[in-house]
Amino acid sequence: MKVINLSSVRDKVKEVVQEANYELQEDTLKIIKQMQEKEESPAGQEVFNQILQNARIAKDEKLGLCQDTGLAVFFVELGEDVKFQKENGLESLRDAITEGTRLGYGEGFLRKSVVEDPIRRKNTGDNTPAYIHWELVPGDVFKVTFIAKGGGAENMSQVRMFAPAAGQEGIEEFVVEVVEKGGSNPCPPIIVGVGLGGNFEYSALLAKKALLRRPLGSHNPDPFYEDMETRLLERINNLGIGPQGMGGRITALAVQVEAFPCHIASMPAAVNIQCHSHRVISFEM
Amino acid sequence: MAEHHIQTPVSDETISKLKAGDRVFITGYLFTGRDSAHKKLIELVEQGKDLPVDIKGQLIYYVGPTPARPGKPIGSAGPTTSYRMDSFAPALHAMGLKGTIGKGARSEEVKKSLQKHKAVYLAAVGGAGALISRSIEEAEVIAYPELGPEAIRRIKVKDFPCIVINDMYGNDLYEEGKQEYQRR
Repeated sequence: MKVINLSSVRDKVKEVVQEANYELQEDTLKIIKQMQEKEESPAGQEVFNQILQNARIAKDEKLGLCQDTGLAVFFVELGEDVKFQKENGLESLRDAITEGTRLGYGEGFLRKSVVEDPIRRKNTGDNTPAYIHWELVPGDVFKVTFIAKGGGAENMSQVRMFAPAAGQEGIEEFVVEVVEKGGSNPCPPIIVGVGLGGNFEYSALLAKKALLRRPLGSHNPDPFYEDMETRLLERINNLGIGPQGMGGRITALAVQVEAFPCHIASMPAAVNIQCHSHRVISFEM
Repeated sequence: MAEHHIQTPVSDETISKLKAGDRVFITGYLFTGRDSAHKKLIELVEQGKDLPVDIKGQLIYYVGPTPARPGKPIGSAGPTTSYRMDSFAPALHAMGLKGTIGKGARSEEVKKSLQKHKAVYLAAVGGAGALISRSIEEAEVIAYPELGPEAIRRIKVKDFPCIVINDMYGNDLYEEGKQEYQRR
């Protein structure tokens, strides 16, 4: 049985929400630089230059890479043999993650982008609640992946329930259509997370998990989906939307597909769009 | 692609020189505002009341910045997606607003409004908020402080970098750029 203090979880969360918002990780920077070499449009080249310059300034000055420092989204893999030590004011793991988020966004000069109700829209003032997805796993693993997810790209995402007859062709057409419709809005060059199968809600979760695959740009281990990722990236980059939508060769940095078993009547598909400011960090304790 | 250095407030003559694809560097004051502030402004317009700011000849920058660190005027301050303000823009153009700055495509109604009222739509690079903050010298909340990041600010900018997306002649850089680079 592993025992972890809730205060150390809170402190680690507080640290990573800031780091993720100030620094692009190595794998993301690498893909950005690789794709810049393929960009033919002068406006697109200028956008890539500004993205890289922005990354240097944000890191040096501990400033948000983007003013939209996102909803704080966490994927937690929790081992069945892990126990948490309660402490003053921290009664649960959820408390610790929420408190880390509140402190990190507050002390880190990050934007508070959460409203307490979708219709009445009053800002909660501290960027909580945190959005936490729990997964119970065997053993004593405790792994947390954080993504700061901005609203602009999230708004261009879609879920659609296909009939199985739509086939691979229908799915690929849908992914390209979602990207084309998003156009300049989600801050291209984008990352495209695709979730196939499961059911209505599971497909959306798979699409977000697809975005979290590291290193960025690595392929699905199933050659069938690796082919699909390669083909979709090419089709998307033939759209001509380009960096920031001003026209160019590079509309997407990567397409990452995750698939899961589904009902005999269904073929759910979800596309989660992520901007170039891909702010993801994992840690284990 | 021409390059222009312009000062706010801007005249119709200045607007007439800006063409889709041109680079523009703005010096002077900009007003900031996004979803919630626009909703409040338009309520005032509908009630026939005065706005808290005089927008005649001015530009509105769609931004909700991060909080400023001590000693800095503003935090990260890049553009937000503009289509969410589409339903509000024509009424403000009619009151003399000469342009808006954001990112992402505008509706047909907004593009027509730009032609009718001699105004422009400019884009700054989305996701470059730290870099853009270097062009901002001062920032002051002047209306709706209760909106936090969505409050209306008056910001002083120097050589604030933008690109003309929609000019007053009906040209659209997003459409032109896409056509040039798409492969069928």
